[in-house]
Amino acid sequence: MSEQAARTANKRNRFVYQDDELIEKPFNWAQIRRLFTYMRPYAKQLLPIIIVMMVLGTATRLAIPALIAYAIDHAIYPKDGSSGSLSLLYWIAGIAFALYLVQWGANTFRIRYTNLIGQRIIFDLRQHLFSHIQKLSFRFFDKRPAGSVLVRVTNDVNALQDLFTNGVVNLMMDCVQLVGIVVILLVLNVKLGLAVMITVPLMFIVSSSLRRRIRTAWQDVRMKQSRMNAHLNESIQGIRVTQAYVQEQNNTAYFDNMNKSNMFAWHRASALNQSFGPVIEVTSAIGMLILFWYGSHLVQTSAITIGVLVAFANYIGNFWDPINRLGQMYSQLLIAMASSERIFEFIDEEPTVGERPDAKRLQEIRGDVTFEDIVFEYEKDRPALKNIRLDVKAGQSIALVGHTGSGKSTIINLLCRFYDPVQGRVLIDGQDIRDVTVESLRSQVGIVLQDTFIFSGSIRDNIRFGRLNATDEEVELAAQAVNAHDFILSLPDGYDTQVQERGNSLSMGQRQLLSFARALLADPRVLILDEATASIDTETELKIQEALKTLLFGRTSFIIAHRLSTIRHCDNIVVLDHGVIMEQGDHDELMRQQGIYHGLIEAQYRFLSA
Amino acid sequence: MDVFKQLKDFYWPERKLLAASIVALAVATALGLVYPNLLRVLIDDVLIAEQYQWVPTIALTVVGVIILKASMQFVHGFFGGRLGNRVAYRLRNACYEKLQRLSFPYYDTAKTGDLMSRLTADLEAIRQFIGFGFAQILNMLMMVVFGAAMMVSIHWQLTLMTFVTIPLLAFTALRFEKRIHPAFQEMRLAMSHLTTAVQENITGVRTVKSFAREPHEVDKFLVRSEEYKANQLRASRIWGNYFPVMELLASLCIVMLLVAGGSLVIRGSLQLGELVAFFSLIWYIVQPMWQLGFHINNYTQSKASGERVLELLHQYEHVRNPEHPARLEPDQVRGHVQFRDVTFHYPDKPPALRDFNLDAPPGKVIGLLGGTGSGKSTVVQLLMRAYNIQKGSITLDGRDIRELELTELRSPIATVFQETFLFSASIRDNIAYGSPDVSDEAIIEACKLAKAHDFIMELPLGYDTVVGERGLGLSGGQKQRIAIARALIKNPRVLFLDDATSAVDMETEHEIQAGFKTLMQGRTTFIVAHRISSLKHADEILVLEQGVVVQRGTHEELLAQRGLYRETYNTQYADRPADSPAAEAAPTYDQGRRAVQ
Repeated sequence: MSEQAARTANKRNRFVYQDDELIEKPFNWAQIRRLFTYMRPYAKQLLPIIIVMMVLGTATRLAIPALIAYAIDHAIYPKDGSSGSLSLLYWIAGIAFALYLVQWGANTFRIRYTNLIGQRIIFDLRQHLFSHIQKLSFRFFDKRPAGSVLVRVTNDVNALQDLFTNGVVNLMMDCVQLVGIVVILLVLNVKLGLAVMITVPLMFIVSSSLRRRIRTAWQDVRMKQSRMNAHLNESIQGIRVTQAYVQEQNNTAYFDNMNKSNMFAWHRASALNQSFGPVIEVTSAIGMLILFWYGSHLVQTSAITIGVLVAFANYIGNFWDPINRLGQMYSQLLIAMASSERIFEFIDEEPTVGERPDAKRLQEIRGDVTFEDIVFEYEKDRPALKNIRLDVKAGQSIALVGHTGSGKSTIINLLCRFYDPVQGRVLIDGQDIRDVTVESLRSQVGIVLQDTFIFSGSIRDNIRFGRLNATDEEVELAAQAVNAHDFILSLPDGYDTQVQERGNSLSMGQRQLLSFARALLADPRVLILDEATASIDTETELKIQEALKTLLFGRTSFIIAHRLSTIRHCDNIVVLDHGVIMEQGDHDELMRQQGIYHGLIEAQYRFLSA
Repeated sequence: MDVFKQLKDFYWPERKLLAASIVALAVATALGLVYPNLLRVLIDDVLIAEQYQWVPTIALTVVGVIILKASMQFVHGFFGGRLGNRVAYRLRNACYEKLQRLSFPYYDTAKTGDLMSRLTADLEAIRQFIGFGFAQILNMLMMVVFGAAMMVSIHWQLTLMTFVTIPLLAFTALRFEKRIHPAFQEMRLAMSHLTTAVQENITGVRTVKSFAREPHEVDKFLVRSEEYKANQLRASRIWGNYFPVMELLASLCIVMLLVAGGSLVIRGSLQLGELVAFFSLIWYIVQPMWQLGFHINNYTQSKASGERVLELLHQYEHVRNPEHPARLEPDQVRGHVQFRDVTFHYPDKPPALRDFNLDAPPGKVIGLLGGTGSGKSTVVQLLMRAYNIQKGSITLDGRDIRELELTELRSPIATVFQETFLFSASIRDNIAYGSPDVSDEAIIEACKLAKAHDFIMELPLGYDTVVGERGLGLSGGQKQRIAIARALIKNPRVLFLDDATSAVDMETEHEIQAGFKTLMQGRTTFIVAHRISSLKHADEILVLEQGVVVQRGTHEELLAQRGLYRETYNTQYADRPADSPAAEAAPTYDQGRRAVQ
């Protein structure tokens, strides 16, 4: 019954947008401490300067109202009733001016250094995170969509930026200011000071409870907004399908609903948000009442001067800002908690394919490859390869044939050491590939992937990715050898043509040729080729076939075959099914056996004649 | 203000909210002036004059004024918020509707990122400006006027002396905005570079790892990250240089006031309370000056945002419904498609299709073969009138498609595009996308025909599995099969498969074709493909090259001719065994496997 309900609910949903990860997390001391280890390198040089500047700036700011009070009581309107003193007034004004100058200097340097330290910390953290991600193995990337990795390096790190640049320093500054005001008020007059400060706990209570409600309201807004943006993005990308299937009206109705509920969330959040200032002001009115009433009474009894009363009025006006900011700071911390948790989750991830501490460089290889009783599983108890044995002599070409999930790609993944086998060993020239460094292995075992990845940049740089120190001539020679030269020259800027966003302006076949050039430049002894399934037009297809001959010449090669026509001449054709080698041999042998391979070849022509 | 005149439709219905919010803000600002005055009265008329019986009255008035002011502020915020939110709601709906209507030529050049930023950041800027920014600018004027009037009425000479440095403050504030603004823009740009770098690295991780290029990638990232840091620091340097200066200039007013006002009190030409009131009142002038740059910037930004949103709303719609559409009853469509001398080119490009002729009566299967850019995909897009043709005519059941309502034209046609797009929704809803009311049984039926049922049932949640960008990743072939089911369930009169089985293996493709052959009996089918095996059963095959039909005929006819078709055939079947295709009894892959076991 409930399953039924879930199903109909799903059906009614039209689109499903899962919520992003939590935006806030509860406060966690261990994490704060860990975050602050990033501050350590700068703790000795920059931090002391910042603290001095901060204290200096705050102190001068706090001194001004007291100074004005002093001016009123001693220079302008002396309490003993004598006439004022102009010279004293000028002196005080001079001191005030000097204090302002100090404040100016202190603030200039404080802002400069806090940003410097904050940006360096953020830079270090981001670099640490990114380099760590580079070390992680395929298993890590298999589990996560690219977008979720991306937001950690960008958004989550950025979310900490404010904390490190302004947050920490402001926190200290506000605390100093609050304490400073309290002390000054008590020094000026204990009774009035205590009376006026009755409102402070009230302010804290009111503001923190209101803040909590505002926070939840904004969270609701953010969630709705992010779902709405996800839909907007998708509706733009899928517009062709929408129009072809005449779903414009239905989508508009769906969006109107989304948009409306988003508006109501905004209504709630902004009403709460707008109530914050006024509510606090009303709370502060109590303080004003006490100040005016009780303060006047104290003036009447000559317990305080008018100057002190004015100073109180000024200080109370300055009280609210730090309290407000401390509240904001707390919200900011909770956001930082969630972000840093996500960042540390990645940093704590261990690469599953680790390099042994005593790993040696793999010396220049001949290209013998042996798979020794390999067992492998991507998920527990779902073996992808069962007991694979395969012996390949240097220079041989091997074709891997089989359905999706038969284990062809897994064999390749193990050879490149993208994963480690559960049992058995992979040997190159008799050496276990787990004993050598990953870099030295992969620089000699090349792979041409089915979906060629093109980086944004020039065509030249894309080919050069195969060997970073190749000269322009070498790049062009490689391109010529794989028949890519002509099409590259026909592009607007030839080799310097800039390609964008995954090379979408190039056709599938052109991208494939580029990746051939890349592989040729890398010049590996063992080359793996994941043949493209998608359609390539005949002309390019011919070029690719020719280029392949150049590319494979003299190397040990593994070809994952999708089209049987390309592997006919391979030395050994390995037919796989559910992780087991079913048959192997060259084309003629397998045809004579009349087994699976024979069946596949025949089937191709059966479709043609059926 | 022209932009805001054009946006009038969106906020004018809310003019009452706007008026209420502005009036409330004005009242709050005016009430703000009462407090310094009460302080003045307290000092001059009560404390100095020793009229202490007035103390309770004044204290209570202060409280009353504060409460009233706070309420007015809340009223302003509340109505301003409502106003902004409603305007944003209306605008967003209008944009969405527009996006639904805009035709393919627009989307060929539009960038998703750009559109998204109009719909998010720009809309947000408009919300802020209409909800609050506009009222704030008015308020700024009121503050200056009210504050200045009050100060001048107390002592005009003192007012002038106090604000000697004010022009300098205004000037600095303006310069600051002028400099910080480009710095912020550069910062955003640096961030977007950084994002692109990371995104590329992650999507290309297989390539990076297979060449062991991680160190190279870390170096590349380092450059981006440095760039971002440098930009951040540059902006903060500007901030750090200007902000304290503005603070200092504002502080100079206080020093001036202390000196000039203090001496006036000593000389007896100014009351002490008046001086104290002045200390509060100067912020009525200082603050607007300080924020002058910010508000001006805010206005220009919102204006630019408004322009970008309006540009989208006013975008030309290439394909529109005719004024007097011819009727075409959905259940009477037979699916007779004709192209007569059709010529079409995309903007600024050579013709994609030239003098194209085609007659596809119901029941026929038409095959289209050709290389990249030969124009085969163009045919489907023209038939569904995604573009307008330049010459010739296209008819459906004898009616020119330009005379038909777009809905009526497109409803009987089902297209499977070359690039499969699945929405973030359950597989079920993705398949039912074009016909939301279909039953589960019909969905399963369609999936069986498209050979998708089996793999769907193997998924943990079956038909309820959420796919799409954030959902479960499917292989290219699986996605294509879902897209085919989506087309079949529409029960179309015309079915168009644009290279729709390229990622499906040959065997499955064959079964799928057999499936829709029955379904499409008596209806029209178009198949665009690279593989000969995909279209050899077509009644007529058209071979296209650069928009021109170079060959047409059946498979056998074309094979007998010299030309592109035969060349393609030979490439694809180079290893054809000499004794084939006579192998009727040849085992399929599965049969072969069973035989071996």
